[in-house]
Parts: sequence; structure tokens; C-alpha cells
Amino acid sequence: MTTTEVTQDLAPGTELPPLEIGPITRRTLALFAGGSGDHQPVHVDIDAARERGREDVIAHGMISMAYLGRYLAGLIPQERLRSFDVRFAAVTPVLARPICSGSVRSIEQGVATLDLKVALADGTVTVTGTATVAV
Amino acid sequence: MYVDRDFALGLDLDPIPIEVERGRLRLFAKAIGETNPVYFDLDAARAAGYPDLPAPPSFLGNAVELEIPEPLYWMSAVGIDITSTLHGGQKMVYHEMVFAGDSLMLHRSIVDVYVKKAGALEFVVKKTEIMRGDTLVVEAFCNIAVLHPEAGK
Repeated sequence: MTTTEVTQDLAPGTELPPLEIGPITRRTLALFAGGSGDHQPVHVDIDAARERGREDVIAHGMISMAYLGRYLAGLIPQERLRSFDVRFAAVTPVLARPICSGSVRSIEQGVATLDLKVALADGTVTVTGTATVAV
Repeated sequence: MYVDRDFALGLDLDPIPIEVERGRLRLFAKAIGETNPVYFDLDAARAAGYPDLPAPPSFLGNAVELEIPEPLYWMSAVGIDITSTLHGGQKMVYHEMVFAGDSLMLHRSIVDVYVKKAGALEFVVKKTEIMRGDTLVVEAFCNIAVLHPEAGK
């Protein structure tokens, strides 16, 4: 499967089709703990989360980066990805429904720079980032 | 307490060997709701021209390093109170794709320390060079924010 949504013909500012993620359940976080290797209790153990003053577990920051990675890999074959950079801006609570979105910032000399974002249904931006891809 | 920049940049960290396993990649794909079969179906991966299941873009971010004993030693060794830290950001630079079956060596070092907001936030950047044999395949930069609420008070 070689989807290619990003080509050198796109104009700067072009919005890329967003990706809606289902609710991040506790099961999602348990699976991601195993898949990613991040077993920190604040993501999977509500008792430990409460001991640290939180009402509930919170999603891994890296699951949001992984969702953006899935988003990117749906836009281009992964071998075209040159770099991928994110900043974590806000905590993602359990049961959140993130939406990944992106736009073309520039295309120069065969490399597209994409602006990326993960936002929650209430508008909270949890992650911002950029990726460069060969086009 | 702030990090001694020169000490941090000179800190020696043991390299970490990792094996990229198919089952692990399938679990990662399942966890994030991946629907593209190249990430969990070997036949689909091979039909796409890959030798095996590919490691997704963020898979080699910092978490694979958390499975060693004392994974946060690199922070405690430079005096960081790990209860006052946040994962501020993560950057990946790709040179070659990584696939199930790859044996990799992770070489870590602290490459930058800087403060912002009049010292209330300190950032420590760990770089991991991910090697397959003599080939640098991926560079990962983990940016940890250390909170100093006492600053400016």
C-alpha cells in the first residue's frame, strides 16, 4: 500500500486530510505501554496516578507522536520520511479523541516541510510538530 | 539544582543493544490503531518492497531505552530530580528504515543543556545514535524539561 498524498505539486498552505483517532482507552494505554516499552505507572496504574495527585491516568506523550507517525505513514510511504520533530504542549487525558492534522509549509529542492498538530475535541492542542519528506 | 553543562556533555553512557522483534512491532501497530497492513502483515510488507515489517516512525523514540536497568540513570547522574521533569519534545532524523530482525546498538549522549523563562525551565537534550553495524540508521533527540518553580520567586 503506497499512498502518496504529498507531491511536489502541492502549494504551500495546502491542508492535508485529517486523521481522527478513536477514544484513548485504558486498554489503548496498556497496549501502548507494551508496544512502546514505556511502562511508567502514571499511564497504566490509576492508583499510582492518584498517589501523584492526578485524578486518573494520562496518555503517553509518545502515543501522540505515534499517532502523528501513523498519520504521516498514511500520507507518504515511510521511506520518504527524512525527519520528524514534535513538541508536547499539553497532557492528553484518558478517553480523549485526538485529531491529527497537517499542512504544507514549503516545498523546496525535492523536500516538503509539513506542519503537524494533534488537537483534542475541545480544541486543546496537545502536540505541535514538523516533518520533512522527500517528494 | 541546575545541571552542570560541561559534566553532562562529558557523561559516558553505556550503549544499549536492541533486537527489533516482529511481535513487538505488531503490538505497537495494534496499540495505535494502525490500519496499513505493511505494519503488521509480513506479506503486505514484502509486497511493498520491504524485507520485513518496518519499525514505525516514532518506534525508536526514547521508550525502547526504558527497558534497561536504571533507565533514567542519565538524568539522575547529572542531578536531575526526575519527579520534576516533563518530556518536552522528541525529534527523529532518518537515514535508513529499520525492520524486524534488525540488531541495533543505541549510543546515547547528552548534547545540550539550556534554560528558559529566567531559569524556571531547564532543558536537557539527549541524543541517541542508532547504529546497524557501522551504519547510522536513525538519530533520536529526547528533550527533557526540568521544572524549577523556585526560580523567580
